[in-house]
Amino acid sequence: MTQSLVAIEGLSAISTRDGGAPVLRDVSLTLEKGEVRGLVGESGAGKSTIAKALLGILPSTVKVTGGFIRFEGRDLLAMPRRELSDLMGREITLIPQDPQTALNPARRIEAQLTDGLRLKLGMGKAAAHERALQLLDEVQIRNPERVLAAYPHELSGGMRQRILIASAFALNPKLVVADEPTTALDVTVQKEILRLIRRMQEAHGTAVIFVTHDLGVVAKICDRVTLLYAGKVIEDGATAGMLTAPKHIYTSALIAAGPRYDRPNAGLEPVPEAVFRQLRAEIGIAERRV
Amino acid sequence: MTASDLLNRLFMAVLTLMGVAVIVFCLLRIVPGDPIAMMISPSATPADIAALRAHYGLDLGLPQQFGIWFMDVLKGNFGTSISQRRDVMELIGERLPATLELAFAALVFGVLAGGVIATLGTLARRTTLDPALDFINGLFLAVPDFVWALALVLLLGVFWPVFPLSGRIDPTLSTYFHTDFYLIESLVTFKFAAFGDLIAHMVMPMLALGLPLAAIVVRTLKEALAEAMVQDYVLLARLKGMSPLRLVLQEALRNAVGPTLTLTGVQFTFMIGGTVIVERIFSYPGLGNMAIDAVINRDLPLIQGIVLTFGAIFILVNILVDLIAGWLNPRGAAHG
Repeated sequence: MTQSLVAIEGLSAISTRDGGAPVLRDVSLTLEKGEVRGLVGESGAGKSTIAKALLGILPSTVKVTGGFIRFEGRDLLAMPRRELSDLMGREITLIPQDPQTALNPARRIEAQLTDGLRLKLGMGKAAAHERALQLLDEVQIRNPERVLAAYPHELSGGMRQRILIASAFALNPKLVVADEPTTALDVTVQKEILRLIRRMQEAHGTAVIFVTHDLGVVAKICDRVTLLYAGKVIEDGATAGMLTAPKHIYTSALIAAGPRYDRPNAGLEPVPEAVFRQLRAEIGIAERRV
Repeated sequence: MTASDLLNRLFMAVLTLMGVAVIVFCLLRIVPGDPIAMMISPSATPADIAALRAHYGLDLGLPQQFGIWFMDVLKGNFGTSISQRRDVMELIGERLPATLELAFAALVFGVLAGGVIATLGTLARRTTLDPALDFINGLFLAVPDFVWALALVLLLGVFWPVFPLSGRIDPTLSTYFHTDFYLIESLVTFKFAAFGDLIAHMVMPMLALGLPLAAIVVRTLKEALAEAMVQDYVLLARLKGMSPLRLVLQEALRNAVGPTLTLTGVQFTFMIGGTVIVERIFSYPGLGNMAIDAVINRDLPLIQGIVLTFGAIFILVNILVDLIAGWLNPRGAAHG
């Protein structure tokens, strides 16, 4: 059997701030090379916690109580700090949620785009500049020289997200964690950005963990989906299969709750309370976690 | 700040100084005290006094006095000191460099010390050092400059006399200076003995003026740095392998420095005010020390000249701070 790129096995974690409430319950999932995996769930479902764990940036208020995260067979949670920080930014990178806050307002784009190239690869200034131009071309930014010399506030949100995508793929990472990268953008830009991430991912052969709460986004970009609720994996499978023939009642309720473009006047159907009752019973929690 | 903004500010500065001139002139005539009474001998006759009054123009009406003084000031003539019988501009010119050297030394010390401590505190956040630092800084914030001055006199002047207690330079050090900027001149002409002596004299007043500034810089800068350090761009830079120190200095500092800069500008003007009392305590021959003598002697032209000089410094510092803030912030708007 070939080794998975990422194998999360029985990962459990609690929040130390929340009186030891579980944030992840025995989560297992695997991610193959070049695969795009959606992590879907409402706020507090644990999708961001998994993403942060993959990046080694779990907040001090979250404590892992069991399980492993293996990246190419190496246990990320037990890895020495030095080794971990060497891995991060080189093999595992991040596309952040909000392009407004993810670029330093006081530094030019070139400096920020080439940080990784210079720090991780030891590239010289000229070589990094060349590579930056190439990257901007890859994410379809016209007049890249002008953009490299610009400050973030001189660029639009979509433009900034393109730069952040270029930056995430700059070192040909094996895994990109995309943390709701389209949430802060308007719908038309969203579509382009999704297409761009997909194209970059295919061109670089990179696996992507795509964190989102939007099943519509998942349908557009993900090969496989993991649906989480209250830190537990509810359903896991190929996107097409899951969206057309959901196995779990929560999945079908979520699909039904989404907007229907074929019936724009039908209105939204919230997930029925009965579904949450069943979920809580299955997971074994008394109250609905918000 | 654009060029037209700058011109606008300079124009406003001139208007402000005119306002200062009017207020100082009026205030000095309202407060009790007669410069003539300070200079006459007990044997002077009323006629002598009247002649002296006429000599200094004090027999004229207030608007007339102001008119004469103001027109002279516009021509660059600040009049003659009553107590020292010398040109006011000349007196100020001799003393101002000493005060400027002291104030800038205190400014550099305060900003550097505050900046270094704020940076260390930011690197040490979430350790026990952090709250300890905040506590000590809270104490430092509560101690004003003149209390520092007195404490330093006791500590470093009396109990453990490492620094000279008063003055600007050892008078036995027979060094001739071409300018009144002793510190700068001794440095550029390689007179290191004089330079060392000047520094030794400056340490205590500089600490007295600079320590309160340092405490304020630590407080504001540390808070702003803490805010900047949790931004996504810092996280991204950390993932890209940037060292903690570079994260603070390169990523966070420039975005965090705005409020500190503005506050430092304000504090610096307070500090110039603080030189008056601190220079007095250390008998440092600066403008502030002379200001106290001028007030004691009711030396109206000298007081007016000194106050206008202080006013001009305040305004220039504020314009400078806005210029630096605009230069630091690429979005062009000055930080609040």
